[in-house]
Amino acid sequence: MSIQKNKSKIGFYIILPSLILIGIFVYYFIFWTIRTSFSDWNSFSKLLKGIYNFVGFRNYQRIFLDERFQTDLWNTLFFTIFFIAGSIGLGLFLANLIDKGLKGSRFFQSLFLFPMAIAFVVTGTVWSWIFAPGNIPKDPQGINLLFKNLGLEKLQWLWYTSSESVGKFNLALIPVIIAAIWQMSGYIMAMYLAGLKAIPNEILEAAKVDGANDRYIFWKIKMPLLKPITLSTMIVLGHVSLKIFDLIYAMTGSGPNNVTDVPAIYMFELTFRSNRYALGSAISVIMLLMVAVIIIPYLYSSLRRGVS
Amino acid sequence: MKKLFLGLIVVLLIFSSVFAASNDLEIFSWWTGGGEEEGLLALFAKFNQYYPNINIINAAVAGGAGTNAKAVLKTRMLGGNPPDSFQVHAGMELTDTYVIPGLMEPLTNYLKEWGVYDKFPKDVMEIVSYQGEVYSIPVNVHRGNVVFYNKKIFRELGLTKEPTTWAEFFDAMKKAQEAGYIPLALGDKNKWTLTHLFENIMLSVFGSDGYKGLFTGKTSFDSPELEMSLVLLERMIPYFNRDHSALTWQDAGRLVFEGKALFNVMGDWEEGYFKTLGWKPDVDFGWFALPGTDNAFMFISDTFGLPKGAPHRENALKWLKFIATKEAQDIFNPIKGSIPARIDADKSRYDVYLTWSMNDFAKVSVVPSIIHGSAAPEGFVTTLNDALNRFIVKKNISNTLRDIIWAAEDQGYLTE
Repeated sequence: MSIQKNKSKIGFYIILPSLILIGIFVYYFIFWTIRTSFSDWNSFSKLLKGIYNFVGFRNYQRIFLDERFQTDLWNTLFFTIFFIAGSIGLGLFLANLIDKGLKGSRFFQSLFLFPMAIAFVVTGTVWSWIFAPGNIPKDPQGINLLFKNLGLEKLQWLWYTSSESVGKFNLALIPVIIAAIWQMSGYIMAMYLAGLKAIPNEILEAAKVDGANDRYIFWKIKMPLLKPITLSTMIVLGHVSLKIFDLIYAMTGSGPNNVTDVPAIYMFELTFRSNRYALGSAISVIMLLMVAVIIIPYLYSSLRRGVS
Repeated sequence: MKKLFLGLIVVLLIFSSVFAASNDLEIFSWWTGGGEEEGLLALFAKFNQYYPNINIINAAVAGGAGTNAKAVLKTRMLGGNPPDSFQVHAGMELTDTYVIPGLMEPLTNYLKEWGVYDKFPKDVMEIVSYQGEVYSIPVNVHRGNVVFYNKKIFRELGLTKEPTTWAEFFDAMKKAQEAGYIPLALGDKNKWTLTHLFENIMLSVFGSDGYKGLFTGKTSFDSPELEMSLVLLERMIPYFNRDHSALTWQDAGRLVFEGKALFNVMGDWEEGYFKTLGWKPDVDFGWFALPGTDNAFMFISDTFGLPKGAPHRENALKWLKFIATKEAQDIFNPIKGSIPARIDADKSRYDVYLTWSMNDFAKVSVVPSIIHGSAAPEGFVTTLNDALNRFIVKKNISNTLRDIIWAAEDQGYLTE
């Protein structure tokens, strides 16, 4: 018993430094950002003087009335939906293909996982070349050039420089979503593959003996067993998409009329370009809340599971 | 034995840092690539010939137009850890952020003591001053209101005379479009190039005095000229390359270089870019001031200032005195591809384009650039960027006017 106690004591001292560092550099700074978001620090000299004027929710009011931030929220919503659906759909499809154990599946397994090892900045730069429209129809670039050479001129499009939208959905987001799915679906595949491998063969065989076809096995047996994996992939993808910055910054910037703008880019420009620290902090806090809406229920359920 | 060895290293480190600290000079800039870095290093080398004992620390932070460097600098100034001297664009970028809060030392008396105060044009001294005191020393000057053009296309279209009026300019663009060329290349992926074009249009419409007056309260933002500027910009939209929002300024310059586009409005760093691509000034490419702006010089200048509490103030003063000399400016500028801020520089060291620019600089009116931080605070610049970014898609003149006027009001520019 005392050894046990001693052990946990040592353990505590080992993690103490990181607890302190996390306390300062994560939680204290979260607190400080929240405090800044309620101040009038919208110029460098006000911040420097350090006189704290509490202005209540004025910064939040201004930011929600801001046309650009409204676009950002719609962009985030649509990006999140299509990015998560696309990554999970493609990841699941690839995992099932590879799980069938066809020839060369090991090779493709590493190939699909490969994009995961690349930074979003690199992905963004490369896909910005692929989807750069050029001067269509005469002098296209990237994928438009491919269409021209294949005689498919009708498919040429402005891609991420398009300012069309359907409802609130800016079509320029499509190339960005494709790039993001390309980056993340390999990782989702790996997670599902692990899940599929963990399903005991007996269950599947028993189902086969009972005369279930492949589709029935997939939807009624495999998918329910993979539910925890689907949940955790959604969490991972959800928080990636809510705070996405580097991919879009490198690929399109904020686009004409902010068609591909997201809160993180607006926050960056407000804070570090125009010295509006309070407004930038307000966006940061909103982003934190959006991520919290996803993460907290997940943490809650996994903690409860851990206890029971 | 091991402990002794470690102890020795620690002692050595402490001593070396103490000695090194006594005669350092930390120069902060965003000159990390191409001609800029070479020019800076050439300056350092010359400086060290005069002061061999001073150890220069080159605290350069990479990132185009100083976007990253500025954030780093702000953090350092806020934390009370300023470099000895730092690069900053002349004018509001320095004044609004650092001078008004009282973080900089005035340099007027030093300039007079060194006998160089009257070696800079009066307009320039005005831009780097706040309430009668000079706060930074310009090392170079760029001109923003220049149209570069592809000479081959120009001849092919049968054009002989560079356009001096808007009618001629639009006429040339129309000809280019009919012949299947892009009339006016634009690359506004990073937004600022569109604002760069617009501020030059504003200069043309307001005239140089009217434009300057916008930032001193003599001209109102709420005047018909602003609307006329937007109307002119709107007329240009059909002449842009359609993919402008996918390109950077270099990509746009490349369209001219590759013979796909006729004109590009850019600062004269594009001349340096063309030269690195292998083009010869006045042979392969030509240039002229944007119509209505040939009597004005849209001024973009890199300057160095002296922050209060600079750790090596004496060395910093030596540095500032050095970069204000004719010799230093003539070393730096031919390499960087800009002209010296002094009016008495040695013209034989500069190429045909830079000589043209120098001649104009000495005789026409110097006006501050908005987008390059001389005329207005950074908050106004970002709002203007955003307003124009929406305008180019929505073409809504009244909304854009409202946004610009509100931003001007925020900065206290709307005097009536």
